[in-house]
Amino acid sequence: MCLAIPVCVEQLVTEESAIVNLDGVRKEISLALVEGIEPGDYVIVHVGYALQKLDPAEAERTLTLFAEMTANSTCNDDPSG
Amino acid sequence: MQTRGKIRSGYSRPLDLKHGRVEMTHGGGGRAMTQLIEQLFLAAFDNKYLRQMNDQACFEVSSGRMVMSTDSHVITPLFFPGGDIGSLSINGTINDVVMSGAKPCYLAASFILEEGLPLADLRRIVESMAKAAQNAGVAIVTGDTKVVEQGSGDGVFITTTGVGILPAGINISGEHARPGDKILLSGTLGDHGIVIMSLRENLSFHTSIQSDTASLHDIVSAMVAAVPEIHVLRDPTRGGVATTLNEIARQSAVGMMLYENKLPIHEQVSAACEFLGFDPLYVANEGKLVAICAPEDAEQLLAVMRSHPLGVNAEIIGEVIEDSHCFVQMETSFGGKRVVDWLSGEQLPRIC
Amino acid sequence: MKYIDEFRDGALARNIAANIASEAGPHRAYHLMEFCGGHTHAISRYGIVDLLPANVRMIHGPGCPVCILPVGKIENAVQLAQIPGLILCCYGDVMRVPTVAGMSLLKIKACGADVRMVYSSADAVKIAQENPQQQVVFFAIGFETTTPPTAVAIKQAQILGLTNFSVFCNHVLTPSAIAHILQSPEVRALGLVPLDGFIGPAHVSTVIGCRPYEYFAEEFQKPVVIAGFEPLDVMQAILMLIRQLNQGRAEVENEFIRAVTYEGNVKAQLLVAEVFELRRTFEWRGLGLVPYSALKIKSCYADFDAERRFQIPALTIADNKACECGAILRGVKRPQDCKIFGTVCTPDNPVGSCMVSSEGACAAYYSYGRFRETC
Repeated sequence: MCLAIPVCVEQLVTEESAIVNLDGVRKEISLALVEGIEPGDYVIVHVGYALQKLDPAEAERTLTLFAEMTANSTCNDDPSG
Repeated sequence: MQTRGKIRSGYSRPLDLKHGRVEMTHGGGGRAMTQLIEQLFLAAFDNKYLRQMNDQACFEVSSGRMVMSTDSHVITPLFFPGGDIGSLSINGTINDVVMSGAKPCYLAASFILEEGLPLADLRRIVESMAKAAQNAGVAIVTGDTKVVEQGSGDGVFITTTGVGILPAGINISGEHARPGDKILLSGTLGDHGIVIMSLRENLSFHTSIQSDTASLHDIVSAMVAAVPEIHVLRDPTRGGVATTLNEIARQSAVGMMLYENKLPIHEQVSAACEFLGFDPLYVANEGKLVAICAPEDAEQLLAVMRSHPLGVNAEIIGEVIEDSHCFVQMETSFGGKRVVDWLSGEQLPRIC
Repeated sequence: MKYIDEFRDGALARNIAANIASEAGPHRAYHLMEFCGGHTHAISRYGIVDLLPANVRMIHGPGCPVCILPVGKIENAVQLAQIPGLILCCYGDVMRVPTVAGMSLLKIKACGADVRMVYSSADAVKIAQENPQQQVVFFAIGFETTTPPTAVAIKQAQILGLTNFSVFCNHVLTPSAIAHILQSPEVRALGLVPLDGFIGPAHVSTVIGCRPYEYFAEEFQKPVVIAGFEPLDVMQAILMLIRQLNQGRAEVENEFIRAVTYEGNVKAQLLVAEVFELRRTFEWRGLGLVPYSALKIKSCYADFDAERRFQIPALTIADNKACECGAILRGVKRPQDCKIFGTVCTPDNPVGSCMVSSEGACAAYYSYGRFRETC
């Protein structure tokens, strides 16, 4: 329901705002709802506000889980299963 | 009283192109209007037809078929990275003519100017038009100017009409797509629309993307020379590639299947679409074309497109299929299928 | 795009699909509700249904704040916009929702009202600063994700000493809606709507955390898996729900571990608690009156409450008789079951809310999925 995207914090503008960069598109957003954000961090942004910092380690862990195979599943290339 | 120097006889004050503004008299048909035409339009568009100062232009035509197209341009802002309303108005109509396979010959340009428009802006626009027309080898041979009261227009509205000559043996039209045909796109989706969006207040985001407005006469000429039996050509503008393909599907009474992972898209356009919740297939383009041809011609056509500066990112993005519902479908990069429907209303940035 | 593209990878999708196919027991059906409209959109846009076995059915829930906004509220906004000199700021999503006699904010703007679409609540505050002689009202909608930004805007307006800025607050709460669905007779008593588990909203959960969902898991014995926003997240969450159901568990699990913590965003929660309080009851389009499901502005911030400033009346406007949005929002009917779906009611001429918002069940099905029935 809530369109929010993970973006990289490029630089802090004030204590409460930062420039974020998503593949070359830059926008100024508010940090009023988060704390301890540094340039290089990734945050989830919704309607111009950072809502949460993204945890890179957990992101990696999630991708690993996606790649796990169940014991008796067969991965063929037919997506209609 | 002493007068300094001699006043030249026949002196009339020239248009103040630096600080002047469009006034109602400029559309009144009198001296002021003639001055505007001579010092602004004629100065930029100069050619033998306009120099005659008639209300019409007279030119020879070869026998055979002619093509004519018209388009009105109402864009805000008037100036944007990569172009302006002027270059848009010339390229847009030339492209419409060229999509039939015709060689563009002449253009007419009519202006509705809003009282108060700075003449410096108008000159910039007109010079941009002259440059775009010259680049395409097309003369602007006749035109018209009207002025409306302040508040009744968006600075300037431009309508351009173009005529061209269609060589014999060329039959390119929207109803010629056939099941099995391949669908090609000449380059990246959505550049123009995202540039315009980035300039809207309340949405400010910064990108280095430029509008892709360009005249396609040259690339089409090369394509038609290599593959004279091209079935369909169309340049997607408002409503994006999705709208153009839906139009063609309906005209030809066919369906289409696109491949999402083949769609060429600039990463900044992709990112901007993520920010706003837009689907790039529906974002406006300029200076791009969709070509539909028989499957055996596709690779050759692609090679010709890619060897042209305006087609370096060309791709085969899908194929035409049988479908009585005329749906345009897409295999998503994810593996599932979805319909790429007609656009409803205008895409608006969303929070959801 | 980092943290986006990897979560849309087709090869990984096939992997998860294979897992789902092998673990979804052939002798039962799984009815899973994705509550969040963004998930509805993702399912449609990526064609996820194509990757699921036939016995795993997705039911679209009412997690679209535009879809559940009663027509009366849009009518309120349209009337506010017609006050001379008033600037109404709103998100793009609400511009096209039709109200009485087909009017909408977009249409009233075409008639000359000063309606301005904004990307952020901060933009509305800026407009108020730039137009000190005019009243500026921010039409606030959304679930718990969108509420903290409104709170920040109100506090900012207070710090700036703005006297011309107010908020028309229509923020709603996710857990109450889920509870309401689960308590409805069709689900609980009559068993007419089989509902086995929930995919919990992504970004709402970054704010509220995992804890609020524990009540459902326990009370109703339905598993909840909080899923991220990307299609791979949704598929993994479906797999996790299937596993829970197979194992007879009813727990709250978090797939969106990269952005959701158990406690959520406490700073945002405290800010919201400072500015807003619960309304005893609030009308949800299609669900009727739902208790303790929405927020209003606290009296200490009354200066910024548009309802007080403009005496906004509570209007009850009935839906078109043929409109089945209510049943569809509760998961009782599907878009195809509505008599006017696709004929009278289309994305170009939406009659009900499910068709207006691009993530409403009807719009999503119309735009992305209607070929399935006919092909």
